Amino acid sequence: MTPKQSRGRSLSARARAALLAGLGARAASKAMGRGAGGMFGGRVALRVNPEMIEDLSAGKRCVLITGTNGKSTTTKMVASALSAVGRVAGNLGGDNMQTGVATALMVGRDAHLAALEVDEMNMPDIAGRVSPEAIVLLNLSRDQLDRVGEIGTVEKRLRDAVNANPQATIIANCDDPLVVSAAWDAPKVVWVAAGAPWKDDAVSFPRTATLIERHGDDWEVEGDGGYRRPVPDWEITEVFEDGSFDLLGPDGTHTPVSLSVPGRANRGNSAQAIAAAVAMGVAPIRAARAVGAVSGVAGRYQTYDVAGRPVNLLLAKNPAGWQESQTAIPSNAEQVIVAVNAQRADGTDTSWLWDVDFTPLRDLGASCIIASGERAADLAVRLDYAGITAEVIDSPFEAIFAMDVAPVQVLANYTAFRDLKKEIETARAKSGSGGDSDV
Amino acid sequence: MSESVLRIGVVYPEVLGTYGDTGNATVLRERAVRRGVPAEVMTIGLSDVIPSDLDIYVLGGGEDTAQALAASRMREHRGLVEAAESRRPILAICASLQVLGERYTDAGGREVEGLGLLDVVTRPRGSRAIGELVERPLLAGLTHLLTGFENHGGGTTLGPDAKPLGKVLVGVGNGSVEDSLEGDDSSSVLYEGAVQGSIIGTYLHGPALVRNPQLADYLLAEALGVNPGELAEIEMPLVERLRSERLEAVGVEEEN
Repeated sequence: MTPKQSRGRSLSARARAALLAGLGARAASKAMGRGAGGMFGGRVALRVNPEMIEDLSAGKRCVLITGTNGKSTTTKMVASALSAVGRVAGNLGGDNMQTGVATALMVGRDAHLAALEVDEMNMPDIAGRVSPEAIVLLNLSRDQLDRVGEIGTVEKRLRDAVNANPQATIIANCDDPLVVSAAWDAPKVVWVAAGAPWKDDAVSFPRTATLIERHGDDWEVEGDGGYRRPVPDWEITEVFEDGSFDLLGPDGTHTPVSLSVPGRANRGNSAQAIAAAVAMGVAPIRAARAVGAVSGVAGRYQTYDVAGRPVNLLLAKNPAGWQESQTAIPSNAEQVIVAVNAQRADGTDTSWLWDVDFTPLRDLGASCIIASGERAADLAVRLDYAGITAEVIDSPFEAIFAMDVAPVQVLANYTAFRDLKKEIETARAKSGSGGDSDV
Repeated sequence: MSESVLRIGVVYPEVLGTYGDTGNATVLRERAVRRGVPAEVMTIGLSDVIPSDLDIYVLGGGEDTAQALAASRMREHRGLVEAAESRRPILAICASLQVLGERYTDAGGREVEGLGLLDVVTRPRGSRAIGELVERPLLAGLTHLLTGFENHGGGTTLGPDAKPLGKVLVGVGNGSVEDSLEGDDSSSVLYEGAVQGSIIGTYLHGPALVRNPQLADYLLAEALGVNPGELAEIEMPLVERLRSERLEAVGVEEEN
């Protein structure tokens, strides 16, 4: 293998050895069927050369993307928009820890640019290693409380990453007070009105521990300090019936945007992705076109054909995600499956179901709703008290077959989603048909 | 009941609604309405004055900073204290149990003065109690096992005026062996919750009234001034299924 001289710096012998070890492991991991090989290859490489990430990112123009919800989609959008400028490396499989980042840089070692999804708690470490040119801060809300720490701890991590990287332009959601708190000291910041309808976790402002007062979309912080919602540089001025919208940028430029992914949250994600690409030198209209072409992310908005039924999968991992995802279900949906597990990765406490307002689901007026997953009973009781009569079928896969041969919408949390996807894909492989064929 | 509509107050859900506990108010309202008793949920925000004449009060769990904010507002506005004095039913979950006590010390070591409505003191346990919680109720009128999910760092010690809500079968509960009842020969018995006057404090999330309809009906009966037995039965087979699933998950059988 020839080390690339074009980066203006050749890899050290140790880095080359790590790279070869890692790529070998990645191929082996893939061959062994352990997913996309994302984590395994990076882990081996990092063990051989702990400074792998520094070495591989040197000379690359990196954008880091973090926040509670929308990381993977936004990363894919940023990568797509940046490809207008050059080759882009990216951890598009959602491996957002050190190993996933290392693998992405390893695989995309010839790229000039990188769009990297980063876990919130790992931001200070990874930002310190790659010295990003831009950081996208999407939103912060509580994940699962029995598993992840309190929200204040997460805000502090992001604030540390911002303050340690004054070279970076921060693309921050000005509608989320927690994000604004994290970005407040940044010398270069671009504010995007990306929306933050989930307000339950932003009650007090982390920098002052005083209350956030809200007036419609605007907000300000009680007490001294002058903290309030910054004036956005980018905002969505109008959303049309087909979901496309007008994005108003700095200098009064209007950009039409039409997305391939549904829901309000994705409009906000795309606005931040476009703002990030523009900060990296891409023309707004080119960025918008590239972002609009981004479709399913790791199967999150994927449509499968299951014995003649077009099945649309939606993933929602936490309360804010569940609130948002209900807006991504088509309004004419007649058959809906909601599925909840409570494994460690999901959070073992299902109390959060009561923080989600299920009115949007009820108002769909779907003719058939099935509560499913390992905690189908918790979910069905929740829906019952929300005035929704749901049938209970524990297995989401079986629930699909209980539906009429017509479109089915599935909204599921993390492991319920992952396991259902696997079941659909296994059934498809067994039936011997590839591509988009029936199961 | 002060008017023809049963009024259920959710106190400070912005700061005391982090663990789904506002669901308790939904359950109370629905269980009243399904029996033909008109009921409404009133949300009392941090900038509102807490009325002293509601029929039931529901308070939930919250994180440290939020909990301290709630405590300071509650000390300013005496509505909840007056409601307790006139023996209106109050359900206080987790952080609210601590706030209604004499005082509590948060994870950061800060001591915060409580409302003094419950004779309890809470200090950090050192490790967080997280997981399923099952207890045998000690409150007269409750016969079904109580089930829920606990998630707290504080250990609560009861003074002589407060009585525990239940005896822990699975989980940690108040997390302090000092509160063993006098005359109980086993010093390792753990207790959960605190009951004093018309206040029931507990660490049960889930939410508590979703998993424990008997406790919900106990509060409704108190508010309506009737015996729980006088309330019409409500058939909710899914709730029964949920209860048995949760109890089975920790190897406990329903006792009656």
